[in-house]
Amino acid sequence: MTSTTTYELRGITKRFPGVVANDDVNLTIRSGEVLCLVGENGAGKSTLMNVLYGLYRADEGELRIDGTPTTFHSPADAIAAGIGMVHQHFMLVPNFTVAENVVLGAEPMGRAGTLDIERARAMVREVSDRYHLNLDPDAVVEELPVGVRQRVEIVKVLLREARIVVFDEPTAVLTPSEILEFFEIVRTLVRAGRGVVFITHKLKEALTIADRINVLRRGKVVGDADPRTATEAAIAEMMVGRPVQLTVEKKAAAPGAAVLEVRGLSVVEPDGRTVVDDVSFVVRAGEIVGVAGVQGNGQTELVEALSGLRRAASGTILLDGRDVTHESPRERHAAGMGHVPEDRQRQGLVVDLSITENLVLTRYHDAQFSSGISMRWDDARAVARDLVARYDIRTPDPEQAATTLSGGNQQKVIVARELSRDIRLAVAAQPTRGVDVGSIEYIHARIVEERDAGTAVLIVSTELDEVMALADRLLVMYRGRVVADLDPRAVSHMDVGLYMAGSRPGEASGHGDPGRVGGAR
Amino acid sequence: MNETLKSLRYTALAVVAALFVSAFIIVITDIAALREGDVLTALDTLRLAYWSLFKGSFGSLRAISATITGATPLMLAGLAVSVAFKAGLFNIGATGQMLAGGMTGLWVGFALDVPGPLHVALALLAGALGGAVYGAIPGVLKARTGAHEVITTIMLNSVAGFLTLWLLKTELFKREGRDDAISKLIDEDAKLPRLFWFMGKRIDLQAHLGFVVALACVGVFWWLLNRTTTGFELRATGLNQEAARYAGMRTRSLMVVAMTLAGAFAGLAGASEVLGLYGFASSSLAGDIGFDAIAVALLGRSTPIGTAVSAILFGALQAGGRQMQVNTDVPIDLIIVLRSLIVMFIAAPLLVKAMYRLKGEAQSFGQTFRGWGG
Repeated sequence: MTSTTTYELRGITKRFPGVVANDDVNLTIRSGEVLCLVGENGAGKSTLMNVLYGLYRADEGELRIDGTPTTFHSPADAIAAGIGMVHQHFMLVPNFTVAENVVLGAEPMGRAGTLDIERARAMVREVSDRYHLNLDPDAVVEELPVGVRQRVEIVKVLLREARIVVFDEPTAVLTPSEILEFFEIVRTLVRAGRGVVFITHKLKEALTIADRINVLRRGKVVGDADPRTATEAAIAEMMVGRPVQLTVEKKAAAPGAAVLEVRGLSVVEPDGRTVVDDVSFVVRAGEIVGVAGVQGNGQTELVEALSGLRRAASGTILLDGRDVTHESPRERHAAGMGHVPEDRQRQGLVVDLSITENLVLTRYHDAQFSSGISMRWDDARAVARDLVARYDIRTPDPEQAATTLSGGNQQKVIVARELSRDIRLAVAAQPTRGVDVGSIEYIHARIVEERDAGTAVLIVSTELDEVMALADRLLVMYRGRVVADLDPRAVSHMDVGLYMAGSRPGEASGHGDPGRVGGAR
Repeated sequence: MNETLKSLRYTALAVVAALFVSAFIIVITDIAALREGDVLTALDTLRLAYWSLFKGSFGSLRAISATITGATPLMLAGLAVSVAFKAGLFNIGATGQMLAGGMTGLWVGFALDVPGPLHVALALLAGALGGAVYGAIPGVLKARTGAHEVITTIMLNSVAGFLTLWLLKTELFKREGRDDAISKLIDEDAKLPRLFWFMGKRIDLQAHLGFVVALACVGVFWWLLNRTTTGFELRATGLNQEAARYAGMRTRSLMVVAMTLAGAFAGLAGASEVLGLYGFASSSLAGDIGFDAIAVALLGRSTPIGTAVSAILFGALQAGGRQMQVNTDVPIDLIIVLRSLIVMFIAAPLLVKAMYRLKGEAQSFGQTFRGWGG
């Protein structure tokens, strides 16, 4: 194809009110190789790529393409210069076909100015064949699995003749097997002479696919790593600035009596779809049960049913032997259930309220904080100060709004609120999503501590690494059912991935009876 | 605190900007002077107009009384909009709730036979109750069926309007000897006392104790928001309903609570007009107050103090506007223009920011308008 093109970012500084998002960053991107950009949340990865893509203007520094200084005024300039971007959240019209989506914004015109859909389809087919993307131009996007939608985005970028493709956290939404397929596509792109920038916080993936790794911390490039020699621990240390415990350290579990017992639980959507299908399992005191699964296989609904936010169509939920199936969220809360919801900004916090107010959001009505009518704010503030110190929530003043906190610290507010009470069961959905490595380490340690104190813990996460590391017992959900009950120490990632995709290891496909594995082991 | 100061500054700047644009309008509409090329006279008109505006609102006891009289129902109705805003609801129904409260207050005012102060108190209470019940309706509709409160409150305004008109013609309410829609007079002891009673029986000092009631309600609203569990629930629900629900709050019941409170405030507005100002009810009892209340709440950013201050400002503009019309040829309609401009500048913080070249992020009204999401 074309000869090598080099994109150089030199001395890029980008300031926002109160923060320096990028501080004198130098970065070289070459076509024909994979550059991994790793760093914690808020390290400035996305800002840097938005500068490259023409969405932001850098305050200082310049971009050189093959040595020629260039300025982008808009993404259109960047696209024209051969830069393409696949965003974390896909920019697709769900009820359009693949071909329609791909040409959106650059539609091939027929003679009378009409859309030449035939040519659009041919274009999709051609690119799809060249890069082995296996796309049907006539498929409607909303019916495609996430991994395939991502390939539609890739085709879009390739058709605009990108020499460099930037992927922002591309694997966050993929299953383990889809991730492998994605890596194949990346390799094909590189062989065809394109360059790939891969933004991630998953170090294992960076080490697998990268030709070079650049580490960002607090807006600066703090180092390069050679994927052939570097270790995860070394890169994590560069990212955080101190040695990090990557594996979860825990003793063997000592399960006690059953705390949560779910029997034949089903949840039905208003439109009639069964999203949780006859699920049964037990969580005992002093054990962590993990629920793995690709997003959208009923985990969200399961958690909502457990916490009382969604009505169970059938089945029972027992908490310490008491039937709580028809109790309100508050009653379950009072009965000793702590709940870390999956979306902290929408469900876990009222971000415009103060940190103190958020720390008492689920228990402001306790006698400790309220006389029944009026609030005892002084007591709430005292407790908040204590929690801020104990849970290492980084803020100058707990009276500030929760928006002022970083994602990791926001999550710590929720964890502090839910775990600092005397609880019997902790239900945590995606407890570390979008949280920096340092905070992940901290939150994991707290969860294990809680287990060791005799609490029953249910962790639901789409991050397979996380559930594998934390759980003492692993359930896998697929299409609303629990399809496997596994010992995480005795099973490989790949096998769990197969269960997540609906098949069973050692079988061609998911025949037989995949359901009903719950209950006792 | 810093946040409060910042928002106060924006509000003040918006008012200044509106005064400036209105000044421009006054000058260019002074056709008589401009035709003769006499710009100085036009400028003098402007000076006189704004001077009258001030004199007529704060320049004398009589002016202050007029300002207070205008501010009283605006403050109470403004609270009705603010409390709903705080819970994430857009209450357009202050008009209807005022009518409901005005009529129940009126009925207790003439039909009940109890001695002195108790009569006023009961009549006010009846007004609050009547408004509360009427306000609760859209709250229940929203909680039970999801019907959008903007739609239902607008419709309920019409219902209340015609219901009042009909009631005023029934034997129960009709004033004897009158064919138009005018109610009986309330008992003398059901009247809210004049605020400046110690000045003798001057008919130009109309300000009444309703203003004290309104100020008390501002205090209640502040206490409710900042000191009670219910207030905490209302604020949390208004800022993030989903998180409030996840935290175990009964967000549906809270909608009913917020709308009931809103209705009670607006009902008091109606009752205080009947018991303090008119002594009877007519179909134009609520006038435009219910809608002006939305502007009051917006200008006050739905805070207790802000609502009180902006109600007084609007009351002052109304009172001063009358003086301005008398002293100059500038019509009182300019006050409506001025008020609209203030609200417009408030709703467009970026515009104010650009005009004054302010640094930093402009505050948006995202929270206030969140009620639209349904």
